[in-house]
Amino acid sequence: MQWPVIHRKFMATAPFALSDEVIVKGPEFAEDAMNVPIWIDARALQRSMGPIDRIVVVADRNPIQHVLDFEPLGSWPVLAFRIRMEQGSPVRALVKMKDGRWFVGQTWVNAAGGGCTVPGATRADGSWSRTLNHVQARVFRNVLDGGTRLRLRVMHPMDTGLVNGIPAFHIEQLELRDAQDTAVWRLHLHEPVSENPLITLELGDQPQGPWRLTGRDNNGNRIDERLKA
Amino acid sequence: MSWRKAFALAWTVCAAWVQAAELPAGDYQLQPRAIAAQTWVIEGAVEDFSRANGCNIINTGFIASDDGVLVINTGPSWLYGQQQRAAIARTVPQKPSRVVALNLHPDYFFGNQAWVDVPLQALGGSMAGMQAEGKAYEDNLYRLCGDWMKGTESTPARQSLTPGRQDWGGHRLEWVRLEGHTGDDLLLIDHSTGVLFAGGLVFADRVPTAPHARLLPWMNSLRTVQAWIDQGVVRTVVPSHGPVHTGRKGVDQTLDWLKWLHQRLQSSAAQGLDLSEVLRLSIPQRFATWAAMPAEYTRSVTYLYPQYENEQLALPHVPTASGQ
Repeated sequence: MQWPVIHRKFMATAPFALSDEVIVKGPEFAEDAMNVPIWIDARALQRSMGPIDRIVVVADRNPIQHVLDFEPLGSWPVLAFRIRMEQGSPVRALVKMKDGRWFVGQTWVNAAGGGCTVPGATRADGSWSRTLNHVQARVFRNVLDGGTRLRLRVMHPMDTGLVNGIPAFHIEQLELRDAQDTAVWRLHLHEPVSENPLITLELGDQPQGPWRLTGRDNNGNRIDERLKA
Repeated sequence: MSWRKAFALAWTVCAAWVQAAELPAGDYQLQPRAIAAQTWVIEGAVEDFSRANGCNIINTGFIASDDGVLVINTGPSWLYGQQQRAAIARTVPQKPSRVVALNLHPDYFFGNQAWVDVPLQALGGSMAGMQAEGKAYEDNLYRLCGDWMKGTESTPARQSLTPGRQDWGGHRLEWVRLEGHTGDDLLLIDHSTGVLFAGGLVFADRVPTAPHARLLPWMNSLRTVQAWIDQGVVRTVVPSHGPVHTGRKGVDQTLDWLKWLHQRLQSSAAQGLDLSEVLRLSIPQRFATWAAMPAEYTRSVTYLYPQYENEQLALPHVPTASGQ
């Protein structure tokens, strides 16, 4: 039973409620354990319970449980990304409200496994160093009604440290700032996020570019990129 | 290594939905069925891999002639290969003289272990793939099929087959290399009987498997097969998965699916959908009754959608500019 450990480690055993308003979706079965798509949507919770401080994503049975922390700030509490899974596991979104309450949404993903302990494609063929921290992004309007969607990819091997001879090497932080230099969202990524993270975010109803994406990996390499709408 | 592993994982399936009657343990109940002069098929279940069907979802075949027996595909396990060999020996008096796997996927060659005294052939590219991915296939099939796999070890083909025409004890055979389902798709036309062993390119009444696929080359290859049928070169089509049939049914079904899938993935990427969303889109009614739905849809989208996302992100008008 990993839940008591998760509860202590990520929530300091604070009281919490399971909530249907925290939608967590994953595939029933992880066809590709290196790239398991996860979808989180806590808009309904935000409507009924007030503003969200952060969303902590964990996979109980992964050797590294902590997947990412997402601070939606001015964006919608919607996030899609891909993770590696070492075996079948619950995937949970632990949502901390600004008033300190916790709500939890979860799903179960079955997996043949091995996703954390084999090198990614660009690590295996050595091509990662040519594209490290390159950013690609596109903005789409009205994918979710009234929303402004940002799809963002940062090239990075996201090494887990669990493959023999390859130390952990991953993006630690990403932040988007708008033209007024106000932070739009902030992400803290951990090792289970898939190689070359492709992240889908919803910036809100009326966001205006250009934006500036900043970040760093755990070796101190910087990410700094301007994105236009 | 990782992408190979990933491709191998694509062979994993969700078996829960399979409704088939269960086979008695250890007996595939293989029944050769004559489809043309000196030509037989042994048909697999029109389903996805499962313990209930012993993971026997492939059509294998054989042609008997004065030059011996030509065996096409050897099934998912050593046990299948043994029972296939026994079934063939019960059916025809000639000795087996060659075994050909039409592509690199495990159910095309995992029975090779029962045929090691006979030349084991495949296209060169398929042989390399079998060597690279055999171990990962083993892991997956043992996990999916359990005891049916007992003792099975990946035994790749050992002789590279060169496409072309060939007389086989009076059968005018033509081996053709096309591509798209995998990098090397081998097909056999028997001009004497009008039978086409279509390999992995043609599926019938079942969602095509696409983890190694490139959709556009696959569609082009199917247009070639359509022309053979239209010109009367081919009458009977033996797909690797799905019922043996006459005419364009399987080719048209497969092409319909591939066109639709390509369009779905392309338009989803252009709209900005995430992989999670594409996996949950509805599937048109005309495909809903096919076997291996929705497992193969999920599998195909998981493996193919990233290419379409890449194209979208790499478009020249991508709204990014270099930072400071």
